[in-house]
Formats: sequence, structure tokens, C-alpha cells
Amino acid sequence: MAHAAPMLDDDMMVPPRGYQEGSGVYNEKLGMWVFLGSEIMFFTALIGSYIILRVAHPTAWKPPGEVLNVPLTAINTFLLICSSVTMVKAFAAIQDGYLAGLQRWLIATVLIGAGFVGVQVFEYMHLMDKGFVPSEGLYGSTFYTMTGFHGFHVTVGVICLMFVTWRAYRGKYTAADHRGVEVVGLYWHFVDLVWIILFTIVYLI
Amino acid sequence: MEKAKHAHPNYIGIFIFLGVLTAVELGVAFLPWPKMVLILLLIFLAVWKAVLVALYYMHLRYEPTRLRLLAIAPLPLAVILVVAVTREFRW
Repeated sequence: MAHAAPMLDDDMMVPPRGYQEGSGVYNEKLGMWVFLGSEIMFFTALIGSYIILRVAHPTAWKPPGEVLNVPLTAINTFLLICSSVTMVKAFAAIQDGYLAGLQRWLIATVLIGAGFVGVQVFEYMHLMDKGFVPSEGLYGSTFYTMTGFHGFHVTVGVICLMFVTWRAYRGKYTAADHRGVEVVGLYWHFVDLVWIILFTIVYLI
Repeated sequence: MEKAKHAHPNYIGIFIFLGVLTAVELGVAFLPWPKMVLILLLIFLAVWKAVLVALYYMHLRYEPTRLRLLAIAPLPLAVILVVAVTREFRW
């Protein structure tokens, strides 16, 4: 008896019903975590490159605080930690159905996040005035590449947070459905987490 | 969406602890200790802070095991990459 030809239709890649258990989280959150996994590898590539360059050319780097402004950046680090706690308080507020709390904590997060970017721009201007530019050598190029990519991520985060805040003021989030708040929060905390690592390896070591 | 089944963690307490760890980092960075000791200590403190953010602010502690595995999966690859490139010029 001849075998039936495989069915080449839209259902070909759908697994048998009994194997579709799902991930246990909603799609937007799963998608954000997959994206953050790729972001981990992106920043690892940057950090890995930085480490090999630094170990191979130790004299190209100055001791902590000699060129870079550690006290100013420590304040900026603290700002980003503050923005993480305001973000998570926004999430907790809407989990409890407290819309006004969500709005206020989101505004605080946007302002503090924008403050971080502002301080970083000020730091760049100050460093460039002193002659510490990306073309200065390995120290300058790796510094601006790593902190610049992170600053870009913070900027994107602030823009996303502004969008979520706008939606919050339109009453789009409830205790039953606040996916947008949680997903943007995951991104924001990840950006904070990356800075914790960068602050140590770029400014303190 | 799935509903949170846990009470809110002590977010402010974690925030204060993160601030304290940052202050400790600043104090440690300028100690006149051997460079390798400082590097290991500073990396330990940074990883401690990062883990706190991931567990409590990103709620990984309360997520299903499958999601935790998804988040953890890139980390061994990251370590392999960094260790491999660090050793490159000595082999």
C-alpha cells in the first residue's frame, strides 16, 4: 500500500496537541526575556572585547579617577538605582489597582531616567573638553563605545517609558491587565543591571 | 495574564541595600590593596547587586522555572566568551 504524501499545509509545524504546554508566562513577557537574552550576549561581546584589550594593553588605561569622574558617575549610578525602585513601585501600584500611584511612579522614573542621560551628556562634554575623545586610543574608544551603547539603551527606555506613562494617564492599565508596565519594567531593570556591571569594570577597576 | 501569587518584596529595603553596596564599592575601589584582590572584590559586589535586581526587581525569584532557565541560559555562554578571550594572548 502506498504511503500518503506529507501534508504540506499551514499545520505542518504545529506540534501534537498534548505537547503544547506553553511557557507559563504571557507572550509579551516571554518575548521580552528572549530579547533580553540577546541583549546579554550583545553586552557580553562588548565587555569581552574590552577585557581582552585591557589585559593585552594595560598601560593604555589610567587608574580609577584619574581621567573619569568617579564621584559624578557614582551619583549617576545611584540615580539609575533610584529609577529602578520607582519603576518597580509603579508596577506594584498597578498590581494593587492603584492607577494614580502607577502614574506618579512612572513620571518619577521618566524624570530620573532622563536625568541619568543628562548627566552622561554633561560627563561626555566635560571629558571631551579635557581632550578625552573616542579617537584618543583604546581607553577612549572602549569607554565611549560601552557607555555610549548603554546610554542609547537608557534613551530608548525613557522613550518607551514616556509612551507607557501616556497610556497610564489614559487609564489603559488595570490590576487585571498591566502587561505593558511589566514588560517595559523588565527592560528598564535590565538596563540598570548592565550599568551596575559597567560602572564597576569601566570606572572602578 | 498570570496573577502574582506573592506579597510585594521589600522593594525599598532592597533599594537601600543596593545603595549601601554601591557605597562599599566606592570605598573598596580606592583601597591600597593588591589589584587582583580589588578586582575580585569589586566584581563580587557588582554581581551581588545585579543578582538582587534580577531576583527582586525583575521578579525572577517568583517566575516559573522554565522562564528562569531562559534568563540563565545566556550566562554560561557569556562566561565562556569572556574567559576564552581573556586567555587568548597567553595560549
